[in-house]
Amino acid sequence: MKYIDEFQDPDLARRLLDEIRSTVTRPWALMEVCGGQTHTIIRHGIDQLLPDEVELIHGPGCPVCVTPLEVIDKALAIASRPGVIFCSFGDMLRVPGTDRDLFQVRSEGGDVRVVYSPLDALRVAQQNPDREVVFFGIGFETTAPPNAMTVYQARKLGIPNFSLLVSHVRVPPAIDAIMRSPSCRVQAFLAAGHVCSVMGTGEYPDLAERYEVPIVVTGFEPLDILEGVRRTVLQLERGEHTVDNAYPRAVRPEGNPAARAMLADVFEVTDRSWRGIGVIPDSGWRLSPRYREYDAEHRFSVTGIDTREPAACRSGEVLQGLLKPHECEAFGTSCTPRTPLGATMVSSEGACAAYYLYRRLDLTPAAASDSLEGSAVV
Amino acid sequence: MCLAVPGRVLDIEDRDGTRMATVDFGGVVKEVCLEYLPDLRVGEYAIVHVGFALQRLDEESARRTLELFETLGLLQEEFGDPLEAQQ
Repeated sequence: MKYIDEFQDPDLARRLLDEIRSTVTRPWALMEVCGGQTHTIIRHGIDQLLPDEVELIHGPGCPVCVTPLEVIDKALAIASRPGVIFCSFGDMLRVPGTDRDLFQVRSEGGDVRVVYSPLDALRVAQQNPDREVVFFGIGFETTAPPNAMTVYQARKLGIPNFSLLVSHVRVPPAIDAIMRSPSCRVQAFLAAGHVCSVMGTGEYPDLAERYEVPIVVTGFEPLDILEGVRRTVLQLERGEHTVDNAYPRAVRPEGNPAARAMLADVFEVTDRSWRGIGVIPDSGWRLSPRYREYDAEHRFSVTGIDTREPAACRSGEVLQGLLKPHECEAFGTSCTPRTPLGATMVSSEGACAAYYLYRRLDLTPAAASDSLEGSAVV
Repeated sequence: MCLAVPGRVLDIEDRDGTRMATVDFGGVVKEVCLEYLPDLRVGEYAIVHVGFALQRLDEESARRTLELFETLGLLQEEFGDPLEAQQ
């Protein structure tokens, strides 16, 4: 039980675990939607601390991982153009495209820059009026409002040389798609806390009712995860299926109204392809017609790209919770963080990266048992 | 990238008609846009994601989260530059 001593409040962690153990009477499969939660779970060995009846399935909530290969290839094509400054969050740089990544484009002379905020990219555009500045706008409902505000600012300030390569995704349609799948084993969801801090909880009651699944809004710290699991198991054991907020310090029912209003102004809902999963109806945003001139895909012709997924990569199954990362034949052999086949091994929120970073590669039951009793996961 | 980090507002100013703040994330200071939390005041804490304050947070929760992120090395991961790390 060494892990528990590393929790911020070990006594509270023990109490939560005891309560979960005394509540559970049969097997349940819970999906944590967010990649940040997956990393907390694996880093702290929460999945191994929980009773055997509670299985955590890792969901598709890593924005880097679900960005389709064709969008990565478009980013690489745009970033390679003379006169373009391509700005991105740092974790997109090593995501492999069909034949290279953004790091390689940079080493070949492309002007690829890492920014902390999309507003930094807008400043680069102001400082370089003779260049075209493109920002790689990926992410879920947490990241979309900052990107929306940046496009709004570009228009307000009259900055013509800025555009956005957009690949934003929305969580509720993904939950819907997972529940519709014939192979779905998920019986409850730990919803992503920071997505809900923007969107609130209003999109979830319909899903909880339609599929009779509890949806518990959950934070990212180890104790948040345990509390989310505790509330979820309580509902499952009682046969309930409601939306519950276990992260009230950051999530209000209405979310952030100003951010939601900006999203509605700048973006419109569209069908979006998820890497490894395919097209999910209404699961993304694109720039609305009023802002189409800031769409990098309209500004640059990026067609005719030959996109080829690596055959050995099974990240699509990992993203749908159908396969645990270490069950993939390539895991830890031909696929490592230094030589990744897919984004789930590269991204700081990817499930494969979490397993590689915090677990031994040998996860036989005996090894897992040793790990639980002996060395710390962190 | 998906990490949202609590920070404390040090200073607020209007820039090009946009409400911006200087925010302290446990020692790392960054500029943050307050347009989505326009009533945030100096000394208050908020959850910040990619340079935008998204939701107000009480001081104790913010401090606990920052301490944890510091311990786990997540602040360096969020604010560090991978291009510099590569070189």
